Amino acid sequence: MLKKFFSKLYMFVVFGFLYAPILVTIAFSFNSTKSKTSFESFSFRWYEELFRDEWMMEALLNTILVAVISSIVATILGTCAAIGIMNLKKRTRDLVLNLSNIPIINPEIVTGVSLMLLFVFVTKIFNGELGFVTVLLSHIAFSTPYVVLNVMPRLRQLNMNLYEAALDLGCVPAEAFRKVVLPEIFPGISAGFLMAFTFSLDDFVISYFVSGTFQTLPVYIYGLLKKPIPLSINALTALLFLVVISALLLTNMKDICSNIRSGKESKRNK
Amino acid sequence: MKSTKPLYPYIVWMVLFTIIPLGLVVYYSFTDRDGNFTFNNFLNITKLTEVYADSLRMAFFATLICLLVAYPFAYIMTKTKVNTQRMMNMLIMLPMWMNFLLRIYSWITLLENNGIINNILVALGFERQTLINTDGAVITVMIYNYLPFMIIPIYNVLSKIENSLIEAGQDLGCNTFEIFRRIIFPLSIPGVITGITMVFVPAASTFVISQRLGRGMMIGDAIEQYYVGNSPDLGTGSMLSLVLMVVIIISMAVVNHLDKDEAGSMLI
Repeated sequence: MLKKFFSKLYMFVVFGFLYAPILVTIAFSFNSTKSKTSFESFSFRWYEELFRDEWMMEALLNTILVAVISSIVATILGTCAAIGIMNLKKRTRDLVLNLSNIPIINPEIVTGVSLMLLFVFVTKIFNGELGFVTVLLSHIAFSTPYVVLNVMPRLRQLNMNLYEAALDLGCVPAEAFRKVVLPEIFPGISAGFLMAFTFSLDDFVISYFVSGTFQTLPVYIYGLLKKPIPLSINALTALLFLVVISALLLTNMKDICSNIRSGKESKRNK
Repeated sequence: MKSTKPLYPYIVWMVLFTIIPLGLVVYYSFTDRDGNFTFNNFLNITKLTEVYADSLRMAFFATLICLLVAYPFAYIMTKTKVNTQRMMNMLIMLPMWMNFLLRIYSWITLLENNGIINNILVALGFERQTLINTDGAVITVMIYNYLPFMIIPIYNVLSKIENSLIEAGQDLGCNTFEIFRRIIFPLSIPGVITGITMVFVPAASTFVISQRLGRGMMIGDAIEQYYVGNSPDLGTGSMLSLVLMVVIIISMAVVNHLDKDEAGSMLI
């Protein structure tokens, strides 16, 4: 009994540690004054200010644009690569996989500065500048390895006999791929896509070094963190929290529904 | 499906965006501004040994505390109902999806000299404390940022340990502590190693956290200064990144060596 109490207390304390800072920030996003420490009265003032901030809106659009394009390209590139890697001999396969994992193992900042060196070097030759294209290329570069890692296990589980059966039954290879292979590996592809998409939305360190004057939302927020910090950032935190929590609830809807159902049943059984 | 051709574009891609950039880092590390070979960059960064020591020390403490907090947490998690476990998994991931700059910002408002924690202290009759711009603040925020990366891999391995193994241990006369030491802990080592990797690497190389909450520079901040600061010095910056990379690869190799059978296979 005592053990159970301490377990619960421990969980409570850790979750408290994880959520308290965010919840405090959200609470103060509704404060009517500039005070960060005492709550005066309820208002939407900081939200209004946030939506008037044209730079932020532009940065938000940039972020979404980069995330959509880079995750689609990374998914295609990574899925093709995974199929090719499966057909390599073991030793070459290990070599290619190790190479592919470099951006995952390397500290982000090293990936960031190495790409910056490349882009500075290339843009000097072509008289271009850092911006949308360099951010896009970098995001594809750091997210493709995650797609490869997600698709590989699915390909390993795939029964190649099914693919050959489809060929025997008259499919052309493209058709056999689309009808037999793709549905089997699709969960891996979609997991890889989601990872690539969210990592792109969230990335600050790498974008910071390769973005030039082009601003994504995290790069823009970094600019705001230089003092004095505008309080509309509280409102931004609250809104992003809302988006994240609704995305998580939506993707886990099935689980939650069954949770509630089983909860009701167990109550009835009592 | 039997050909390796679909891999070719990715090979070209990796050469262009992984190998050449890292090659450039090595090239810049050993050249001066005019492109002549030099060891000066290395001499420059030996002046920064304190920055290195600080970064590694703080990352070490953050990783250690994460491990000490996360292990019991993951263990307790596995003892709850399956549905509760799913729910908790989600709750642990959720803060991770918020941008880390916003999380840092939340901590600034909490820890400031006239921030919320200090106001509570004063209201309770204590003296105002200097919380911000200390090593403690940096380590706290590192723990806050990276704790989920420790909990999840440990939870994953613990939840896969079969109950029959524990029962067998009990049948053979082990007490609770012995079961933990001889069965549960050895089986959870791969998860612990994944967790250590996922916390230590980003913690040691972070920039921003120490700029905003610490009392000095960490390696990440130094690299940033040399690349995009007021007087950029790409050579020294590259040498710093190169040494950081090598230090991290060596420490990870050492950690992985402790676990020869599972080396690398649990990384993700």
